[in-house]
Amino acid sequence: MNRIFATALLLLLSATSSADLRIFACESDWASLAQTIGGEHVKTSSATTAFQDPHYIQARPSLIAKVRRADLIVCNGAQLEIGWLPMLMQKANNRDVLPGSSGYFEASSVVERLEATGDLDRARGDIHPEGNPHVQVNPHNVLDIAKVLSERMMLLDPENAATYTANFSRFDERWRKSMLEWERKAAPLKGTRAIIHHKSWTYLADWLGIEVVAHLEPVAGLPPTPAHLSGLVAQFKNGGADFIIRAPYQDARASEWLSERSGIPAVMLPLSVGGTDRAEDFFGLFDDIIDRLLGARAE
Amino acid sequence: MQSGYFKIIVAALALCVSVNAFSADADLDALRAAIEELRSDYEGRIAELERRLTVAEQNAKQARAAPQPASMGATRTAAAASGNAAFNPAIGVIFQGNAWRHGDDPDSFYIPGFPIGGEAGPISEGMSIGETEIDISANVDDKFTAWLTAPIVIEDGEPKIEVEEAWIETTAMPAGLSLRLGRFFSGIGYLNAKHQHSWDFADQPLPYQAFLGDQYLDDGLQVRWVAPTDLYMEFGTELLNGGRYPSEGSDNSGFGAQSLFVNVGGDVGTDNSWLAGVSYLDASAIDRPSGDEDDPLLFTGDSAVMTAQFVWKWAPNGNWKQKNLVIQSEYMWRREDGSYTLPGGSVLAYDTRQRGWYLQGVYQPFPRWRFGARIDGLSANSPGSAFDGTLLAVPDDDPMRYSLMTDWSNSEFSRLRFQYTRDEAGILDDNEFGLQYIFSIGAHGAHSF
Repeated sequence: MNRIFATALLLLLSATSSADLRIFACESDWASLAQTIGGEHVKTSSATTAFQDPHYIQARPSLIAKVRRADLIVCNGAQLEIGWLPMLMQKANNRDVLPGSSGYFEASSVVERLEATGDLDRARGDIHPEGNPHVQVNPHNVLDIAKVLSERMMLLDPENAATYTANFSRFDERWRKSMLEWERKAAPLKGTRAIIHHKSWTYLADWLGIEVVAHLEPVAGLPPTPAHLSGLVAQFKNGGADFIIRAPYQDARASEWLSERSGIPAVMLPLSVGGTDRAEDFFGLFDDIIDRLLGARAE
Repeated sequence: MQSGYFKIIVAALALCVSVNAFSADADLDALRAAIEELRSDYEGRIAELERRLTVAEQNAKQARAAPQPASMGATRTAAAASGNAAFNPAIGVIFQGNAWRHGDDPDSFYIPGFPIGGEAGPISEGMSIGETEIDISANVDDKFTAWLTAPIVIEDGEPKIEVEEAWIETTAMPAGLSLRLGRFFSGIGYLNAKHQHSWDFADQPLPYQAFLGDQYLDDGLQVRWVAPTDLYMEFGTELLNGGRYPSEGSDNSGFGAQSLFVNVGGDVGTDNSWLAGVSYLDASAIDRPSGDEDDPLLFTGDSAVMTAQFVWKWAPNGNWKQKNLVIQSEYMWRREDGSYTLPGGSVLAYDTRQRGWYLQGVYQPFPRWRFGARIDGLSANSPGSAFDGTLLAVPDDDPMRYSLMTDWSNSEFSRLRFQYTRDEAGILDDNEFGLQYIFSIGAHGAHSF
């Protein structure tokens, strides 16, 4: 027992010697963004990878340990993490990152949330009454979020505020240029129609003018059923859609099955940073999303 | 846009009226011309409205992209009510029901050597609703949060509301500390603090039934500390009243029970995560009843329970929704030192060491379906020949059970379960079959690891 306490004390002492801003991101996107803005002054970690469905994460001991020491928590919010983040908070006993404090930041709170119906009827599936939480796939949202995130980091770590401002400005400039390029390149996608696995692509579709014509999930959050997929085959066997889009963590079988029977190309798009080799940061994420869509269009 | 719809509705109404008016004349050509005129008129207006909407959207997007005034972390969206705080308090109801078939009469069930106390015991025969659990929770203010679990139970045919858990907890203590006050499930073991609706089997494993009366729940206070380390380390201690099994009857003597627990855990790669822990409960009991409800054995003395637990969770890429496997095991040691008052009135000194354990695995090969197996057992040293012929006499064969279960969850709010148990723990070997449902509506708190 003494030995455990001694080890704990030792680890405690080594832990407090670091002056970095510790940022706990629920999703890899925000870890990447915080790293871009924070550079060497931040230590970021992500609770999820791009290959995990962020709705369904276990409140793992390793995550409690990370929340315990975090200075700032950055999550999509809008109830995306409702199944696990509150438990991490309750277990971690870290008063600095509770909702409402400056150490807690919901990315979706600074953008215009789509599909905020206020609808609470679970017969329509696992819905988010505060709006669709998957805000990261519209670059305009990313810029807004990066702005507020950099302000939050300056507030929490005023010593390094100049670095955060400079890094944000650099990001801001490069991002605006990239947005123009993406929008120019993606112009042919306007008016195309997509079948999507889950409502993860609402913001992307809104940005690029893609029409969402159907979902592989029978109702939001429930896995595709044979009956629902057969219905989609009947509906789309003669065309009527240009893509079937899924995220890396979604089972490929449903979209491949429908693709085989309808001839509509199935496309896997990175939904979060790290979802594909190219999507190693936010710039790569949008480069890859647009090229993959254009590639599928050309087929 | 609204005025656009309004005009269309007015036009539609006007059309209906005109259809009625013209039908007598049957002047179809004139009618067609009128409809055509209206259509082109409104198509033009709709096109114009759509064009204006697009422009407005583009303006809004440009405004979004434009630099914002420095707001030092303020959030813009007013409707930022988040998570379960969307309602205050968060209210949820959990419905549970069983249809169970025992080979033997569950009323005459007992485990030789291990008289059962507290809430433990076999699931009742036939169809029954279990606990209908009402959960109410909210932050009290910026420093406290509160939780109430009030199950509605049927006892002797009468519905009754119980206070199962009612606690407040600090949220703003410094240095990774928290304090919980009220009535709560003790933090000992792995399963002890798990709510019934999140159990993987319809009943608790044998050591929990025999040593803790299913789950040790009591009034008191709990202090927890989480170490600021990369490896998860949690230390906790509790002072408890001693009003409940295994610490029954000592509630008038100050703190009837104390506990200590330590949990550690971490990840191995992205696919695996684990939690291990040890805990110790020291409970004193005065005339604690167990065994036959009408004619109980009464224990007075000290009951110490030590638990070691290990949980391993696996999911490919850590993507829990698609596929996962959970292996968990707990081992408990109990020493009871004191005296038993037998139903006849004779008092016998009792000092015995007992052990209990279980090992289970639950596999979800694809979404919705899970398959599980569990083996659980007990063993004990003999309390002496003075106890021959009583419920406390230890059997020749250690009590054992073997269970299989499968459940189907349409969503995370609905679950239907089938369970089979081969029970070689009771006085007679038994085969049990059961169906169970667990449904939840309203707010549903996040589950612990």
